[in-house]
Amino acid sequence: MDNSVLFSLRLSLQVACVATVLIVVIGMPIAYLLARKNFPGKEALDIVLTLPLVLPPTVTGYYLIIAFGRNGFIGRYFYEWLDWSIMFTWYAAVIASFVVALPLMIKTGRAALESVDSNLVNAAYTLGHSEWETALRVTLPLARRGLLAGIVLSFTRALGEFGATLMLAGNIPGKTDTMPLAIYSLSASGDKEQAAGMVALLTIVAALFLYLANRYSRRIF
Amino acid sequence: MGLSVCVKKRLKGFSLDVSWEIGDELAVLFGFSGSGKSLTLQLIAGLMKPDSGAIKANGSTYFDSERHINMSPQKRSLGYVFQDLALFPHMTVRQNILFGAKGVAQHEKTERYRELMEAFHVSSIENRRPSEISGGQKQRVAFARALMRRPDVLLLDEPFSALDAPLRIEMREFLKELRSNFQVPVVLVTHDAVEAASLADSIIVYSEGAVVQGGAVTKVFGNPADERVRRLLAGQENIFQSICKQL
Repeated sequence: MDNSVLFSLRLSLQVACVATVLIVVIGMPIAYLLARKNFPGKEALDIVLTLPLVLPPTVTGYYLIIAFGRNGFIGRYFYEWLDWSIMFTWYAAVIASFVVALPLMIKTGRAALESVDSNLVNAAYTLGHSEWETALRVTLPLARRGLLAGIVLSFTRALGEFGATLMLAGNIPGKTDTMPLAIYSLSASGDKEQAAGMVALLTIVAALFLYLANRYSRRIF
Repeated sequence: MGLSVCVKKRLKGFSLDVSWEIGDELAVLFGFSGSGKSLTLQLIAGLMKPDSGAIKANGSTYFDSERHINMSPQKRSLGYVFQDLALFPHMTVRQNILFGAKGVAQHEKTERYRELMEAFHVSSIENRRPSEISGGQKQRVAFARALMRRPDVLLLDEPFSALDAPLRIEMREFLKELRSNFQVPVVLVTHDAVEAASLADSIIVYSEGAVVQGGAVTKVFGNPADERVRRLLAGQENIFQSICKQL
């Protein structure tokens, strides 16, 4: 394997790992809120966050440019204050992966948390445990298989993210070319051998993680 | 000391409007399914909020709509044994019982745990999960967990309904024995007339979200107040006569 392949491999892992950490930190609390709370706009929030799962990645990418581009409603402030834009950096690849993989965490997590018997939660409350303690010691442990499955699926999806990444981070060799993007470049330039290696690697990794997700989502109790 | 409940709660297609008061005794809420018995327990426990009224237990006000008091379920000192027992499947028996010791000082916790384990004969299964123990053992664990905090009130929502007959009789004896050690108001919800008659100090008869009769067991069973109560007891007269004679 030459250096550019190793770079893509390392970058892909880096992007997928950071995106997955963000998904756990942000997605899990959102899944909890959707599963256990009633508030106005709840289903609308679910739909907005799930859209990237079904929209063409280019559409998601387009929205991300509207948000994070130099003139975007968020990106504008970065550009004004720091003279810096997130576009065409590896951070942009993280954002794209995060947004596209988040629905898998939210869908799987919400279903897992909703399946926890509400009597068990009530029992914890009557035994004097706060909602926070109950979440940590009862709800989350009982939903842990579904939550783990959600994390694994999100990671796998983040690793394979292509379309939105291309729109927001571009395909800059040695800078933002994650494996899916590198495969695109290699096969476009006729370097079938290198491309095939990466294709095989991504396929095996994805299959392995799907196997893990299936194992986790089987319930013990 | 005691428990007083005076609440109104309107739900879709059902409304509850009850008022009763008990001392340190075992009171049975008796009536058909869907008459509002379990709902009353949930209101007492703070798992649902009454539309109006007041709930007081052992001198502390759990709920009072006029004074805008609504204590959280965590702060209400009560032991609740759920119909399905609600043991935590991912915890061992020991962990389940100790989960009920929130706010109990460490040294007291260990001592109380030992006492309950012995009293309830569950020492031999302390490292098992709920899925690995029998129905009767599960009951004992649920009771032990509910009693760890020495609650002011004990709420029992048809705790024996899932058991077969011999075990149910055994658990009734167990509950009688328990009551001699823990003298707090106990509210037992049941639609089993025999259970009501054999355990209750007093009985509160529910029908369609209202109390239709209340008082001592002999009084209620011996002399149903109206046609509704009579209907509830229909076909059970012989049982009551024999029980009443024993009493």
